[in-house]
Amino acid sequence: MRIVVAGYGPAAHRFAETLAARGFTGGLTLIGEEPRSAYDRVALTSYLSGRPGTGAEDLTYPVPPAVTAVRLADRVTAIDRARRAVTTASGHEEPYDVLVLATGSAPFVPPVPGAERAFVYRTIEDLRAIRAASEHATTGVVVGGGLLGLEAADALRGLGLATHVVEMGGWLMPRQVDEGGGAVLRGHIERLGLTVHTGTGLDRIEPGRVVLADGTVIDAGVVVLSAGVRPRDELARAAGLDVGPRGGVVVDEGMRTSDPAVYAVGECALAGGMVYGLVGPCNTMAEVAADRVLGGAAAFTGADLSAKLKLLGVDVASFGQLSGALDVTYMDPVAGVYKKLFISDDARTLLGGVCVGDAAPYALLRPMVGSELTAQPSDLLFAGAQGAGPDGAGYPDDAQVCSCNNVTKGEIRSAIAEQGLTDVAGVKKCTRAGASCGSCVPALVSILAAEGVATGKALCEHFPYSRPELFEIVRVRGIGTFSQLIAEHGQGRGCEVCKPAVASILASLNGGHVLEGERAALQDTNDHFLANIQKNGTYSVVPRIPGGEITPEKLIVIGEVARDFGLYTKITGGQRIDLFGARVEELPKIWKRLVDAGFESGHAYGKALRTVKSCVGSTWCRYGVQDSVGMAIALELRYRGLRSPHKIKSAVSGCARECAEARSKDFGIIATENGWNLYVGGNGGFKPRHADLLAQDLSDDELIRVIDRFLMFYIRTADRLQRTAAWIEAIGLGHLREVIIEDSLGICADLDAGMERHVNDYFDEWSATIADPEKLRRFVSFVNAPGTPDPSIVFETERDQIKPVLLEVTRR
Amino acid sequence: MTTVQSVEAPTGAARNWIPICAHADLIPERGAAALVRGRQIAVFRAFDGHLYAVGNRDPYSGAYVISRGIVGTRGEEPVVATPMHKQVFSLVTGVCLDDPATAVPIYPTRVTNGTVEVSVE
Ligand code: SRM
Ligand SMILES: Cc1cc2nc3c(=O)[nH]c(=O)nc-3n(C[C@H](O)[C@H](O)[C@H](O)COP(=O)(O)OP(=O)(O)OC[C@H]3O[C@@H](n4cnc5c(N)ncnc54)[C@H](O)[C@@H]3O)c2cc1C
Ligand code: SF4
Ligand code: FES
Repeated sequence: MRIVVAGYGPAAHRFAETLAARGFTGGLTLIGEEPRSAYDRVALTSYLSGRPGTGAEDLTYPVPPAVTAVRLADRVTAIDRARRAVTTASGHEEPYDVLVLATGSAPFVPPVPGAERAFVYRTIEDLRAIRAASEHATTGVVVGGGLLGLEAADALRGLGLATHVVEMGGWLMPRQVDEGGGAVLRGHIERLGLTVHTGTGLDRIEPGRVVLADGTVIDAGVVVLSAGVRPRDELARAAGLDVGPRGGVVVDEGMRTSDPAVYAVGECALAGGMVYGLVGPCNTMAEVAADRVLGGAAAFTGADLSAKLKLLGVDVASFGQLSGALDVTYMDPVAGVYKKLFISDDARTLLGGVCVGDAAPYALLRPMVGSELTAQPSDLLFAGAQGAGPDGAGYPDDAQVCSCNNVTKGEIRSAIAEQGLTDVAGVKKCTRAGASCGSCVPALVSILAAEGVATGKALCEHFPYSRPELFEIVRVRGIGTFSQLIAEHGQGRGCEVCKPAVASILASLNGGHVLEGERAALQDTNDHFLANIQKNGTYSVVPRIPGGEITPEKLIVIGEVARDFGLYTKITGGQRIDLFGARVEELPKIWKRLVDAGFESGHAYGKALRTVKSCVGSTWCRYGVQDSVGMAIALELRYRGLRSPHKIKSAVSGCARECAEARSKDFGIIATENGWNLYVGGNGGFKPRHADLLAQDLSDDELIRVIDRFLMFYIRTADRLQRTAAWIEAIGLGHLREVIIEDSLGICADLDAGMERHVNDYFDEWSATIADPEKLRRFVSFVNAPGTPDPSIVFETERDQIKPVLLEVTRR
Repeated sequence: MTTVQSVEAPTGAARNWIPICAHADLIPERGAAALVRGRQIAVFRAFDGHLYAVGNRDPYSGAYVISRGIVGTRGEEPVVATPMHKQVFSLVTGVCLDDPATAVPIYPTRVTNGTVEVSVE
């Protein structure tokens, strides 16, 4: 059987994925107009955040293995139903036995003068264009105050634009909330700094401004239209298939159009008289169509349209119907909370509800729509409010817990029981619940707990202990190897979670080389090759440059090495130099040259001390009150190579002007007239946190003693991959101060001794490695062809340096 | 000749066994990559000495790095996690346990006179 899918968005992806899971072996061709495979459109806005894990590649789904051909950047232009073939814009013709239309929707562009100056908000390319335009703009207007419009408005705000939202309806999100909810929502949106205009539409767009129907003129460098979507049914229409009066390809319960060889799924389909604009129903339609194509009898009979607004930091949720004979309302204008439930006339059945400012009842009540009330309606308004999270345990088994992926509580419970799942990640993988918008994750946690699965503590399936517990076991029992630890205190042979964690514990307690004996097999690839893996399988090299201070001679050596090995060179955010693109067999040769010139490992690859940044300090700076460079170098040399639960960063500033950004570090030091102030628990990264002041006006010796204890206590008691910021929030600054300054637990002598051992035992990992033929044996691309470089590694040139050639995506 | 172990010998034509390296060259619970007739194969030696061979290409990233992943078990299943984004593959079936629609190819292995051999037919 030859199946052709027109359109390659989330619905097409789910269709192909379902066929793959069911072992489909025929021809499956996906034709998509966008230049990439389907991606997570729901998470599209995160693309603008620039956070790690939100790039175009991260959002893009891998091509399911059943797919035999993919045509990207090509549009299906016609269907020849008689000959059963489609043609594309590039002139290609593709015959089919079954055609699936998954063409989705197009944003509606209101026919106003100047509309061509505006952007729409649908694809990665749209967002890229918006981001580019925002670089030169200071103001933005979003037309449309619905779910998507507010998401877009918040995105513009995040790009630094003073942003206005224009909604033609009487209040924001008119399709999801009633007037009272809209008023409370407006308060939240305005507090975020957005300006809201309701009850008036767009008249025209002029260069640099928009004019509203009521005559208001708003400056707008960037205009985004989010005024609804229209199903892309043009292909079906031209081919004579039935379409609805207001658009959408008419389908039956099996997703079949008026031509039995043609199916339609996703946002382009008109199922039961409705077009669905949420990913959950689109996925269900795709699964139904796949089942039908394989001869099954699955049916799509409508879907939950509840919605929860994400991203803005304002909870907005609505579910079920937004009217009813009876309703109960709770409103707290000061806190900005509005909750309303709609109930049947006999006051026994929940029909729907709206929550603004506190969506806690949403997860509990959504699955109860249509069922008999279990409590007084007014009590339900406060459901889930005790901070305990929604009580998924209270759901009936047929309640839908995850609406994005249509997963019921019963399915989750049986997956937990049958697959022995122990955590949310496992539930996500097995059932897909929680894998899209994430709003059902709290419910998953409570269901896991109700099923008797203790979440959180166990490191993984191999050890029933947390990292600090394992640390104590290894320390007290004096265990020296992973094999002994897992034989006596765990089960199985470990995994990518527990092995590196135990390797780090062994390194903290026993010192020695991370590649010594059995320990080599525990290390993540970075520690295994003492370098950081890059997207194409090459590695980066980061020599230590303490405090960012470097002599011209050493700079020249780095330049020469980079030139001779053809490496991409970049100054890092950690005041040192990163050399990218080394193949494994080149690493020892590169390091030989660096070690000979007096460099040592920078541990950029390890969960270990990274850098101690410094400002120029009192030596040169007219404001400096202490020698920040000298102190930074002393600290970096003292703590280099210290393995820890996560990476550790530090900085030293020479005065309160704080040019080294010390307060964003795990431990940051700011010079005072009288000595040093020590701040701890700072973090940049995903969740920035300013460090807290731990101690003031310390002398050099006092400073070092407090930091010694701080680090050793962190190493002993933090969880796996817990930065000091999260660790301090968990244990409390007061407790930390008691333990390491007042010695309330009487362990300070032990902590001091631990650090003393580290300082005395330190040696450079890379010098030790290049001196040991046994350790060098692993640095080959191929065991059977040690001299052959990996042929899959290819570079091109950009701005006079190398860059990896993009690897092809999964395709068969 | 001693055949220590062989992953199922399929019926039909005689297999082509290609020598890779000495069994002792492989670090227990660690992989090594081999270039076999233009294909990249990741060979693993489990804790108990058992051998596995799978495709070296990580289907999620496209990079040839499976041999550099951490080896372990999930339940009873011997597995390797790709070092790139940590998806876990069965060393026995090649199927990704986090996403059964995705798999890496598997290859039969055996040890002859201390030499690891792989068949790519
Ligand atoms: C090279 C560098 C970017 C640059 O070109 O400037 C960089 C590159 C990487 N960073 Fe970073 N970070 C670099 C400075 C930073 C900084 C700024 C700083 O250190 O002053 C931050 C924010 C400060 C902080 O950590 O609190 C930073 C926050 C992160 C995070 C988020 C950490 C968090 O707590 O949320 C990650 C992810 C992680 O570690 O889990 C990360 C992870 C990474 C990794 C290791 C990603 C990976 O797994 O491959 C990158 C590979 C480095 C390589 O191959 O050498 N990088 N990264 C910087 C190296 C500094 C150095 O010399 O060691
Ligand atoms: C920013 C944003 C946030 C969202 N947030 C949420 C959310 O939180 N929750 C939720 O449930 N939903 C959300 N959605 C909606 C969700 O993304 C859609 O419901 C879903 O993408 C529909 O999938 P689809 O495959 O049917 O259509 P689409 O995603 O539109 O995919 C159709 C694809 O087909 C291509 N195509 C069209 N015609 C042709 C042709 N003739 N030839 C070839 N290719 C063609 C299109 O270019 C497109 O790539 C959001 C949408 C956006 C834009
Ligand atoms: S932090 Fe103070 S001493 Fe350091 S460079 Fe800035 S102004 Fe000068
Ligand atoms: S409800 Fe969106 S992931 Fe479950």
